[in-house]
Amino acid sequence: MRGLPPVLITTIVLVAGFAACAMQFPNIASTRVVGNLLTDNAFLGIVAVGMTFVIISGGIDLSVGSVIGFTTVFVALAIERWGVPPLIAFVAILALSAAFGAAMGAVIHVFDLPPFIVTLAGMFLARGASFLLSTESVPITAPVYSTVSDFALRMPGGGRLTAIAIIMLVIVIGGALLLHLTRFGANVYALGGSRATASLMGVAVGKMTVKIYMLSSLLAGIAGIVFSFYTSAGYSLSAVGVELDTIAAVVIGGTLLTGGQGSVIGTFLGVLIQGMIQTYINFDGTLSSWWTKIATGVLLFAFIALQQALVALARRPAAKREGAAT
Amino acid sequence: MQNSLDPAAPLLEVRGISKSFGAVHALQEVDFTLRAGEIHALLGENGAGKSTLIKVVTGVFPRDAGIVRIGGEEIAPRSAKAALAAGIATVYQEVNLLPNLSVAQNLFLDRQPMRFGIVREGEMRRRAKALLADFGLDIDVAAPLGSYSVAIQHVTAIARAVDLSARVLILDEPTASLDRHEVEILFRIMRQLAKRGIGIVFVSHFLDQVYEISHRITVLRNGRLVGERETASLPRLELIRLMLGRELAETTSARASAGEHKAREVCVSFENFGKAGYVAPFNLELRHGEVVGLAGLLGSGRTETARLVFGAERADRGQARVEGAPVRLQSPRDGVRHGFGYCPEERKTEGIVAELTVRENIVLALQAKRGLHRPLSRREQDEIARRYVKMLDIRPADPERPVGLLSGGNQQKVLLARWLATSPRLLVLDEPTRGIDVGAHAEIIRLIRELCDDGLSLLVISSELDEIVTYSDRVVVLRDRAHIEELAGEAIDVGNILAAIAADSVAVALEAHT
Repeated sequence: MRGLPPVLITTIVLVAGFAACAMQFPNIASTRVVGNLLTDNAFLGIVAVGMTFVIISGGIDLSVGSVIGFTTVFVALAIERWGVPPLIAFVAILALSAAFGAAMGAVIHVFDLPPFIVTLAGMFLARGASFLLSTESVPITAPVYSTVSDFALRMPGGGRLTAIAIIMLVIVIGGALLLHLTRFGANVYALGGSRATASLMGVAVGKMTVKIYMLSSLLAGIAGIVFSFYTSAGYSLSAVGVELDTIAAVVIGGTLLTGGQGSVIGTFLGVLIQGMIQTYINFDGTLSSWWTKIATGVLLFAFIALQQALVALARRPAAKREGAAT
Repeated sequence: MQNSLDPAAPLLEVRGISKSFGAVHALQEVDFTLRAGEIHALLGENGAGKSTLIKVVTGVFPRDAGIVRIGGEEIAPRSAKAALAAGIATVYQEVNLLPNLSVAQNLFLDRQPMRFGIVREGEMRRRAKALLADFGLDIDVAAPLGSYSVAIQHVTAIARAVDLSARVLILDEPTASLDRHEVEILFRIMRQLAKRGIGIVFVSHFLDQVYEISHRITVLRNGRLVGERETASLPRLELIRLMLGRELAETTSARASAGEHKAREVCVSFENFGKAGYVAPFNLELRHGEVVGLAGLLGSGRTETARLVFGAERADRGQARVEGAPVRLQSPRDGVRHGFGYCPEERKTEGIVAELTVRENIVLALQAKRGLHRPLSRREQDEIARRYVKMLDIRPADPERPVGLLSGGNQQKVLLARWLATSPRLLVLDEPTRGIDVGAHAEIIRLIRELCDDGLSLLVISSELDEIVTYSDRVVVLRDRAHIEELAGEAIDVGNILAAIAADSVAVALEAHT
């Protein structure tokens, strides 16, 4: 499978890290802790799936954190103030965020602008719009919220697999299938290899760009809904900087920041690594939670260096396969 | 794909194609005929119009005049994609595939076998394997394309093109980065495809390969058709003459006696200088006030020699000496420090900065040499610019005009001025007269002679043998990235240069067959 070696390294880091944590705090190795880890990082896992598609295609999406923030405020206001049934509020916000992503993709393609700038504009736009709706935290008291929050599958050992963790796992699996098994997925890799070449080979580059950013924003919308379940509130300052955590998870998961290589599974592992560090810090109790950022920074740096090394290795002619010509 | 065509009937007919870029006639009334099942070499020196012809035929450039017919039907593709749909596929030297995707995905991108919206990976691999087996390739099609050699990438590109039902296959310098064994694989595939009735256009500057594989040869020079011959009945010397456009009769030219230069001091010398896989080690001496010409066909190692001499490419063996003292040449900075200047062939991309003014372009190298902490005052800049505009007769004589607005000849003079302002001891000129009109031509040549009368050493690369013969005190002849002969004094004439190029290629051809 593509991008396997970096994913393998991510797996080793995760397993080794988890083993080290478990040695110091044996309680970490329980389904209870793992269940919480999945729940706490559900929104991050969902949005990271979308970011994986974007980055493999050679782009970047800085707007996802703001879209999550906007979604929580929108959903909270719709349910609590405007009296909209939750389900309809969800459908509306998902349609809105998908349209938002599609618009960004269209701008990127039609005006041939760098995704960095376009999605940066999108980031300010979405964050600004959420302040416009409300500057205060709006608690959500709808019954569906308590129902969903209470729902959980019991795991052996007393752990709880919550609804939002299940949503995340389903999206991760669905994303992996979409990326690896469909023509859409193949085209995402093609775009990341070279837009010009992909276009010459018949890929509809414009349509693909729109769809990819649409997918990313749509998943950010879902992550926003999940986040509102997680906090039972909508707040315009929620998920600030999440786009950067997401990019970190994707890169630690072995996706090439320049595009063309990567996997959803790797991204999922990257999210788990970040969650694991957070969990360790919580267990330790004496460390400042900022150590999560420092550890993530170190890991990120190590992975980028590793990728450069792997790319350099692949370019070396001696490493080329011998073609067996008959 | 069926092929009921008469094998002798033209498959691709190009008639009276013209194409201009501004005032430059890149193609004038060019005809080209490709038969089904034929391998047809398209030859010519740099700037002869080969690439332009290919790009016009495949719709990358719109044409000014002329028609293109395929199988008798007139076509006017507007993009490479449309040309492909009409049955013309091009495989460039830089393979236009995606190295990060698997070989199978590359072969079937956007047309993968599907079931229920899911790519049938197994089926796709099976088909890819079968397709490549036709080309005698048995490789793991699930591995990324980039993990294979350039030869296999080329074959994959060809396989994709043929599978997309191409009838005409254009191979642009396909062998440039292949080794001998890989070239053989490619040639075997080309012969197979020709047998199936596909017409192949083979663009290459490796004459041995042209003789080995092609049935017919079309030669372009300066945007014009100069000949279409059967390969078997075209002697090598005659072919080179067609390409370079010189007759043996018009050889002798008046020239300064080389004797007086022998007495002069050696300015710069290179001993056993070279780089593996780039240019074979060579010895080269340049005396004060001497012009040394580098002659050879395109790809023979002329520009490569110039880049090594200037430090733009790092030599991995040998010793350079300036005024007898050993020096290190690791970068262009080193070159500039030792008083070398280099006017590259790609004036537009490597030389001038089009948006900057004449003055700014002229002081560029001098400022770089002085360093940023010693800026030239505006008064000094104006003074320098005015001096060179006058000395080289740059027109219009306005130092504040952006260089991009000047004609090619005047741009070339600005480049010359840039290096002259640094008072160099050695100046390397790569095709100084390329793409400039005839009047400016003569002037550049006059300048070259004047400059060396002032004691400057010059190393000049040119495809125009007449020119080289006129101004050179010595001529080094290159072939296959090696210096093979040095002509001096009376021995310098076009005939001797041609003979040196051709004789050696025969020797190489013999070597390759034994």
